[in-house]
Amino acid sequence: MRGTALRPRRYSRRVREAGLGYLLLAPSIAVFAVFIFYPFFKNFYLGLYRNPFFPGQPRRWVGFEQYSDVLTSSEFAKSVRITVLFALYTVPLGIALGLALALAAHQRLRGIAIYRTIFSSTIATSVAVASVIFGTLLNPRVGLLPWIGLESTPPILENPTWALLAVSVTTIWQNLGLSFILMSAGLQAIPDDLLEAAHVDGAGAWSRFRNVTLPLLSPTIFFAVIVGSIFAFQSFGQIDLLTRGGPLGDETNVLTYFIYRQLRGTEQVPDEGVAAVLAIALFAITLLLTVIQIRVLERRVFYGR
Amino acid sequence: MGRVAFSSVTKRFGDVTAVDDLTLEVRDREFLVLLGPSGCGKSTALRMVAGLDAPTEGFIEIGDRPVNDVEAKDRDVAMVFQSYALYPHMTVRRNIEFPLRSRKVAKAERDKLVADAAGILGLAPLLERRPAQLSGGQRQRVALARAIVRRPQAFLMDEPLSNLDAKLRTQTRAELVELHRRLEATVIYVTHDQVEAMTMGDRIAILDEGVLQQVGAPQEVYDRPANLFVARFVGNPPMNTVGGQVVRDGAERHVALPGGDVPLPPAQAKAIDRVALQSVVVGFRPEHVTVGVDGPLAATVTVIESLGHERHLVCRLTDGQMVIARQPADGPAPDVEREVRLGVDDGRLHVFDPLTEERLDR
Repeated sequence: MRGTALRPRRYSRRVREAGLGYLLLAPSIAVFAVFIFYPFFKNFYLGLYRNPFFPGQPRRWVGFEQYSDVLTSSEFAKSVRITVLFALYTVPLGIALGLALALAAHQRLRGIAIYRTIFSSTIATSVAVASVIFGTLLNPRVGLLPWIGLESTPPILENPTWALLAVSVTTIWQNLGLSFILMSAGLQAIPDDLLEAAHVDGAGAWSRFRNVTLPLLSPTIFFAVIVGSIFAFQSFGQIDLLTRGGPLGDETNVLTYFIYRQLRGTEQVPDEGVAAVLAIALFAITLLLTVIQIRVLERRVFYGR
Repeated sequence: MGRVAFSSVTKRFGDVTAVDDLTLEVRDREFLVLLGPSGCGKSTALRMVAGLDAPTEGFIEIGDRPVNDVEAKDRDVAMVFQSYALYPHMTVRRNIEFPLRSRKVAKAERDKLVADAAGILGLAPLLERRPAQLSGGQRQRVALARAIVRRPQAFLMDEPLSNLDAKLRTQTRAELVELHRRLEATVIYVTHDQVEAMTMGDRIAILDEGVLQQVGAPQEVYDRPANLFVARFVGNPPMNTVGGQVVRDGAERHVALPGGDVPLPPAQAKAIDRVALQSVVVGFRPEHVTVGVDGPLAATVTVIESLGHERHLVCRLTDGQMVIARQPADGPAPDVEREVRLGVDDGRLHVFDPLTEERLDR
């Protein structure tokens, strides 16, 4: 009896609460709409038009023809290959170094906080600062390499073989702080008990790392791999400042820089249609990585205790 | 030889002395309980045997071997943690197997030992599960199985029952005693629960603030506590302790307590005379207090706690000090807020020095 009497009031309250909820969400939805949703669809739409051959003429609707042209082109394939290489150079090594530093800083030693601060400090440097630092270090006249007697001709950043590696080293260094912090947090989440139990169970240092630390750290490492890959796919500043996609042609022409070249017309006539298609492709790759991450993290969720 | 010996072991963490000059020998195949309140250093003592903490001073021996410089992994002991410390990413089988794998035991041998340990603890149907899929009691058994799977020189148990509910704890207590008898192993068992200590230990070693207070068989510790700390810590409800002046009346010795004079038996009287004390602390267990119309102490019953099989009468002496008396539940209960006379079983009086807190009739 009381239940039926109460029902209409409860219903209206639920409606009112939902209304309030949408009202509170409205500002962020508006921001997303202006800065994310509209540009995204506009960008997609731009890709459906072919740029005029001569400036001043109108754009021509070509539908998905431009998408298939660009995505099957050898330049696109090469840019993707360079981007993937860049990710392969930077992500695993960056995580391994971050983990090594985190393991070193995980000791209970006097003054270890100083090292923790130093190890995480690159998180406070911007890409521009990192690029300037490495640009100087790798400079053939004033840099570190000639000073320690390592010289190459042409100089490393102008060397087609080494340019991508040089940019990768810069990126690893710049991301090391983040990697270190992620790995440190992961290590701290592992209960001391488990490592002590393994110690008493007869496991040596390597076995404790291999059988206890690493498996329990694997969700963190996986997270770092995905986030690192997304970062790598979106890197732009260090390329622009150090090699401009070059040094000769497209040795470091990663996807983001490829987009930039198309849009700004640094190598040819600006082509915003092609740039838009490339941007959508980059979006799709990033989306794929994110979905994989969410799926995998959901499946092998942390072993509750 | 599964003996474990502490010789003058001290452990300091910065300014804090966790274990202070501990000398104690755990005999081969003995079940020794380290008992004390939290922070008394009992876990630290255990961790030093395991090799997880290093003594600041002194020596630890396992078997006949000094182990100060031996790493935890080479000490040949097994430990059961309070949290169980099961490896969450491994199945029950892999958990139990881990100590064997670490010691490179061959697969056939490993399978046999795991099956044995799992059989003893009734884990055979759970071997392929992960710890997260087990109940608290089951996890506890996995932790035990991981400890017994290889026969170490000693088992170290750090409050292994404290995460279980009361009913399961009582059951597991008995099972642990059976397991100990079956394995004929040396066990060092850390607990703050005096019931566990009394029921499981061959001997109990009581620690307070890092200092060893008394070592002895449970009954011995209960009947002749070495000092006030032990007297108050062992037994539930705890021993009543009341301070009073010594009255010398010819050959007779009394202690003047709030509410009346209690005569001292000759043994205690002699002990007091030997040290010529003017005041003492008298101790008597709740089950040795009689509540009735005659008795030397005047008191008022303020609360009656009925436990079904017995009851505890909380009484106040004339100055408000609390004395607890224990009675079987089948007799008539006195009225609350009624004045009664308390008597103390003659041979069951303990006397302590009020300053050193030591037992006087050693």
